[in-house]
Amino acid sequence: MALLETRKLTAFYRDFQALFGIDTRLEAGETVAIIGANGAGKSTYLKAITGLLGGEPESVWFDGKPIGALAPAEIMQLGISMVPEGRRLFPSMTVEENLLIGNYGRSVPGHWSIEAIFELFPRLRERRHQSSTTLSGGEQQMTAIGRALMSNPRVLLCDEISLGLAPIVIRDIYQALPRIKATGTSVMLVEQDIVQAMKVADRIYCFQEGRISLTGNPSALTREQIHVAYFGS
Amino acid sequence: MIGWIDTVIQGVLLGGLYALFAVGLSLIFGIMRLVNLAHGDLIVLAAFVILVISRALGLNIFVALVLAAPILFGIGYALQHFLLNRTLGRDILPPLLVTFGLSIIVQNGLLEAFSADSRRLDADALETASIALGGGLAVGVMPLMTLVSAVAVIFALNYLFYRLPLGRAFRATSDDPEIAQLMGVDNRRIFALAMGLAMVVTAIAALYLGTRATFDPSIGPARLLYAFEAVIIGGLGSLWGTLAGGVIIGLAQTIGAHINPEWQILAGHVAFLVVLVLRPRGLFPRAVD
Amino acid sequence: MLAANFRIETATAASRTIALAGAGLVLVLVVLPLFVSRGLVQDMIFVFYMLALAQLWNLLAGHAGLVSVGQQAFVGLGGYLLFAFTVILGIDALAAIVLAGLVTGICAFPTALVVFRLRGAYFAIGTWVVAEVFRLLIAQWKQLGGGTGTSLPVSVTNEVAGIEWIKRVFDVRTAAARDMEIYWVALALAVGTVLAVYFILRSRRGLALAAIRDSELAAESVGVDSYRTKLWVFAVAAAATGMIGALIYLQKARISPDAAFTVIDWTAYVIFIVVIGGIGTIEGPIIGVIVFYLMQRYLADFGTWYLILLGGLAILVMLFAPRGICGYLSERYGISLFPTRRRLVSDKDSPGM
Repeated sequence: MALLETRKLTAFYRDFQALFGIDTRLEAGETVAIIGANGAGKSTYLKAITGLLGGEPESVWFDGKPIGALAPAEIMQLGISMVPEGRRLFPSMTVEENLLIGNYGRSVPGHWSIEAIFELFPRLRERRHQSSTTLSGGEQQMTAIGRALMSNPRVLLCDEISLGLAPIVIRDIYQALPRIKATGTSVMLVEQDIVQAMKVADRIYCFQEGRISLTGNPSALTREQIHVAYFGS
Repeated sequence: MIGWIDTVIQGVLLGGLYALFAVGLSLIFGIMRLVNLAHGDLIVLAAFVILVISRALGLNIFVALVLAAPILFGIGYALQHFLLNRTLGRDILPPLLVTFGLSIIVQNGLLEAFSADSRRLDADALETASIALGGGLAVGVMPLMTLVSAVAVIFALNYLFYRLPLGRAFRATSDDPEIAQLMGVDNRRIFALAMGLAMVVTAIAALYLGTRATFDPSIGPARLLYAFEAVIIGGLGSLWGTLAGGVIIGLAQTIGAHINPEWQILAGHVAFLVVLVLRPRGLFPRAVD
Repeated sequence: MLAANFRIETATAASRTIALAGAGLVLVLVVLPLFVSRGLVQDMIFVFYMLALAQLWNLLAGHAGLVSVGQQAFVGLGGYLLFAFTVILGIDALAAIVLAGLVTGICAFPTALVVFRLRGAYFAIGTWVVAEVFRLLIAQWKQLGGGTGTSLPVSVTNEVAGIEWIKRVFDVRTAAARDMEIYWVALALAVGTVLAVYFILRSRRGLALAAIRDSELAAESVGVDSYRTKLWVFAVAAAATGMIGALIYLQKARISPDAAFTVIDWTAYVIFIVVIGGIGTIEGPIIGVIVFYLMQRYLADFGTWYLILLGGLAILVMLFAPRGICGYLSERYGISLFPTRRRLVSDKDSPGM
């Protein structure tokens, strides 16, 4: 049984249908990447899992239970944590406060603590009392990842963590992923940057216009297959 | 000269009362962007709750306040949970009109229950007690306690906001309600807690309102306006600014009254309008908005 | 479809029929006071001025996003200006109504200078503060009775231009003639307000208002000057509210600061009318004022309970039918009497659908 599963997941923005019956699986300990062009429905898919869109109970399953109709706070308490697109740190808070709020709803023993996050991203330790608005984009992304890890989630959802960052910063952040994975956390990445996604993912799903156009192991897929699945033929 | 110094002292102390009125309003706006037009009437409601408890049980009003606080917390929580949470959204009309309707209901409900008679909370010996400052000046113990209470309330709230997890959840919701949910914060519960908390502050304000002068069901809206003016003068989001705003309104009123007793209220409003023209974002605007 | 010609329509076939019916209704209303009791005439005056106030509040709150709870400032100011012009300057009351409107409109500009610095809900409380300031300032005006107020001398109320003519033509006493004249002025103001609001909303300014309401930023990016548009609407509404206030206090013939600047009569009731009827529509206040009149007539004796009922009803409507009776009807049956929306119609479609 998969740890996190979507079954015929659909999503609407008023009359506009963004997802058409998405079936995905994330096994415990696995890292899965969702790739696809802008507007393919990737972010909508993550929002639906976190409960922000509100949907059918049986469209999302976690640990054998239907969670599709739960509130975002309840889903987070079960152990699904999200790094939102655009970081979305709390502007009135310092770095440390942003990390501390991360386990507000779920405080379970585990690998991740403020200390562990400062070890993962040492630059945050120097900035811990700084306002989150004074950070560079990369530091903000590190804080957002740290914030999501603070609750020791079983599943970490990451929405476009490379967006708007310099290549060297992207590399730093992606170097942290294997270490997160090593603690047993399953990771679901939404990425436009195919190269980064393929490097870390055990499996990928490619979305196209709200449907899955391709799925498989990155090493087994050809460039042509991905190109067609990404852009359409 | 002594008269003027006395006026200024009284104005500052009166400012403590207005700050207490304003803190509840400021809290609610800060956390959920809700402007509660019934705030003044809820202050009067709290004064009646304290009155009823102290009369019925024959208790000192400070003891009555301790008993009234959880009741008012409950009223605030229920109000938010059952009514006001339904009005929150992008459109400003529903919360505004619903709280306006609530204001009329509370006001007339109190009128029905307690008639239009003027009431007073009896603080016994404390009411007349004063501390001599020398040179013929003296400050009343109750007015002094009002200001001290305002400062204490703001200290306590700031401690909550900046040191305790619940306070961080308040701030997270205020900053970005959508993301706060992803931290496991149940926004609707947070809003209800915030309204309950605001009502507790309101109860403290009501105690001093009722001991300082008489009150009746009709005086709520004027208290709403003083509270609102203090919040705007102070700058949104800063509780110390709200205290400063309260003091400015208090000073303007006592100075106005010193010149001509009929000008007391007018002088407070005019001071507010002047600040609004000169410093539209208030005296201590929050850096991040 | 693409080959079809497109037109922009605001009117519908039904609305044209309604316009004719409306014109007929107005004619009936014009001759009504000749046939009914003075009590009903006075009731109708009340309905007319509440309707006019409701249309104006709706223009501000429902269309311009200016949610004011301080319209009593302009009602009271208009009333006091009527007294000042007639009692102190000896101007005829009819002319004084127009002048009171003009001066009130001018006073809206300094008011806007202050309250426009506040947004949304804060604007609302700001307008309330301004109304309080007006009330307290006027209470200092000793010549007009200060805090206790004053009455219009009989010489003013009984010598309004036209009263003698009405007495002669319809063979009625002075008091009845007064009521009839005020009735016609009130009717004219109510109909005038409805038409003015309708044409404002159909004009380019109306389109600008709709754009501002939807997104102020986007509206400004296409060249709408939102500050000036709002200022213009605020001032027009204030001027009209001032005229209505002058008329109200010509009828009442007695004024005091507490009554003239009361938030309950001139704002709470008005908001109730708009909310019950349907905010953001022209027909809403018309339906709302009828509901309100009936409640006022049959339930006002219950005093505080009546007010509690009004507040409770307004809350229920806001929560469960936020677009009021009109919104409910138009959602349910697609009825729209005063269409101010622009609809793109293809010539292939039959009009009125």
